[in-house]
Amino acid sequence: MLKISNLHASIEGKEILKGIDLTVKPGEVHAIMGPNGSGKSTLASVLTGRDIFDVTEGKVEFQEENLLDLSPENRARMGIFLSFQYPVEIPGVSMVNFMKTAINEQRKHHNQEPISASDFLKLMRDRKEVVEIASNLTNRSVNEGFSGGEKKKNEIFQMAMLDPKLAILDETDSGLDIDALRIVANGVNKLRNQHNATIVITHYQRLLEYIVPDFVHVLYKGRIVKSSGKELALELEEKGYDWIKEQ
Amino acid sequence: MLDFRLKAFRHWQKMKMPNWAHLDLPDINFQDIIYYAAPKKKKQYESLDEVDPELIETFNKLGIPLEEQKQLAGVAVDAVIDSVSVKTTFRETLAELGVIFCSFSEAVAEHPDLVKKYIGSVVPYTDNYFAALNSAVFSDGSFCYIPKGVRCPMELSTYFRINAANTGQFERTLIVAEDDSYVSYLEGCTAPQRDENQLHAAIVEIIAHDNAEVKYSTVQNWYPGDKNGIGGIYNFVTKRGICKGDHSKISWTQVETGSAITWKYPSTILKGDNTTGEFYSVAVTNNFQQADTGTKMIHIGKNSKSTIISKGISAGKSQNSYRGLVKVARKASGVRNFTQCDSLLLGDECGAHTFPYLEVDNESAIIEHEATTSKIGEDQIFYCNQRGIDTETAIGLIINGYAKEVLNKLPMEFAVEAQKLLQISLEGSVG
Repeated sequence: MLKISNLHASIEGKEILKGIDLTVKPGEVHAIMGPNGSGKSTLASVLTGRDIFDVTEGKVEFQEENLLDLSPENRARMGIFLSFQYPVEIPGVSMVNFMKTAINEQRKHHNQEPISASDFLKLMRDRKEVVEIASNLTNRSVNEGFSGGEKKKNEIFQMAMLDPKLAILDETDSGLDIDALRIVANGVNKLRNQHNATIVITHYQRLLEYIVPDFVHVLYKGRIVKSSGKELALELEEKGYDWIKEQ
Repeated sequence: MLDFRLKAFRHWQKMKMPNWAHLDLPDINFQDIIYYAAPKKKKQYESLDEVDPELIETFNKLGIPLEEQKQLAGVAVDAVIDSVSVKTTFRETLAELGVIFCSFSEAVAEHPDLVKKYIGSVVPYTDNYFAALNSAVFSDGSFCYIPKGVRCPMELSTYFRINAANTGQFERTLIVAEDDSYVSYLEGCTAPQRDENQLHAAIVEIIAHDNAEVKYSTVQNWYPGDKNGIGGIYNFVTKRGICKGDHSKISWTQVETGSAITWKYPSTILKGDNTTGEFYSVAVTNNFQQADTGTKMIHIGKNSKSTIISKGISAGKSQNSYRGLVKVARKASGVRNFTQCDSLLLGDECGAHTFPYLEVDNESAIIEHEATTSKIGEDQIFYCNQRGIDTETAIGLIINGYAKEVLNKLPMEFAVEAQKLLQISLEGSVG
């Protein structure tokens, strides 16, 4: 599904990613861990097409297409979803209007008719249950005045609505209390299936108790320095990132 | 009538062009202007094929029916039977209630006493340069009278009025609402109007008696000039209402997207006690457009209240100013005012300015003013992009969200068109 080869990226001439290789297959969950400043969020931004980063070398294939040639909106329409570390507020724009626009853009991309009002409402009701999001959140403007936890739940709700092929969760656990963390993780687990894949970016092992990964990668100074099964997360938690730095 | 015009003309001759506004005004040769444009002045086309394709494209984006497109673009159209019958039933319903809604010239002929009593009572010809000019030469306009105790059951729109087309550049509107009456009045059109006239100097006067409520909504989309700032309409309008009776209310809502230069300040004189004045405005400027707009709330009555919400959106190389006055007279106790002025900038070559004036002569007044200036954030646009929404659509969403408080005040069908209009006005303004 996703194949990253020797990916280098920089911002204002400073190289952040220094040769990333990663392959993700349908049905898999990959966790990317690493200390602050190792390039985790940069990787998420580069994959989704944020133009403040320059890709200087390497290749990314997504469903047999050269991902780096596509605009951010076309990547999204093809099924790449980013759960933002800091979801953005858009005052005055209702969640309903926002989601409907997003879904219809996606449908247009796949040569489908716009969704009918009744189907849309049904989908909203259904997806709200999956992620246990309170009804009133969707009556408000996009993230406006949401608490930290509500914003993260709202990201997962949008993910449920858009049904992506590849979901990238960028520090979705940061700022969440234990109950919100459980709800968010449950939502992600319910959305997992044989045809989609998830990349979980996190500092802590805690989230991975709820979203159990198939692979854990450690990113350090712009490179993946260690890849293994889920037990690597526990080892990291125990020994700290210094253990990686020493190697 | 002739007397009124002559007085106004003599006064106008003594006046000078105002230069206090934050505008770059070219000199206007008033001899060159055609003061009376007969209805056939507009160029007539045989079919829509001859009309500027860009104009047709905009019509289609706005979803305007074909017949209406023809009328707006100046294509010769035979009378549409349907719309004639609509107009007739419409007039009958109004007549039953005693509502008068007709052109100004009809009103002069049929209701001379009413016209004489109220014309110039809110905006005297001595008021300002353009008001004097209008008073001297006004060609036609609308007259609306709501009798005591009547709630006008429909939105009165100039669009429905017979002979509404091509009323010319010096329009005059007079609305009188008697005790306990209500009316919602719509002016303008969301379709872009290409007009040969360079200068539009209109006057609107509203009189609200005891417990009366008048809602006046405008969507203005005159030709703004091309991308290089060539051509376009100068829109210099004097709009003013007076809450004459106690507990009366006047509410102005405007969406201004057109004109090369806009100069207007819909104002309310809160003369009666416990009166309410409201002003809701969205002004969009793009390319080389200039807008200097705002309101005046003159509090004379006790416990009078006013609310001002102004949303400016500037793009391209345009300049957008809010200019507002809140004045509280010495004897007006218990006055409340809330003002909110927000400016949104797209790009880095445009300007947004706020000039609030406060003159408060009574100590019990509570006046609040809030102002914000913001830019559409890269992060907001990227957030939309990441959900599959392209940048142009994202800007439309963000702008409409920003202007929502004002758009909500518009009658339903107007609001929907106004939303599309905002989006179209800003198309291509972000690269």
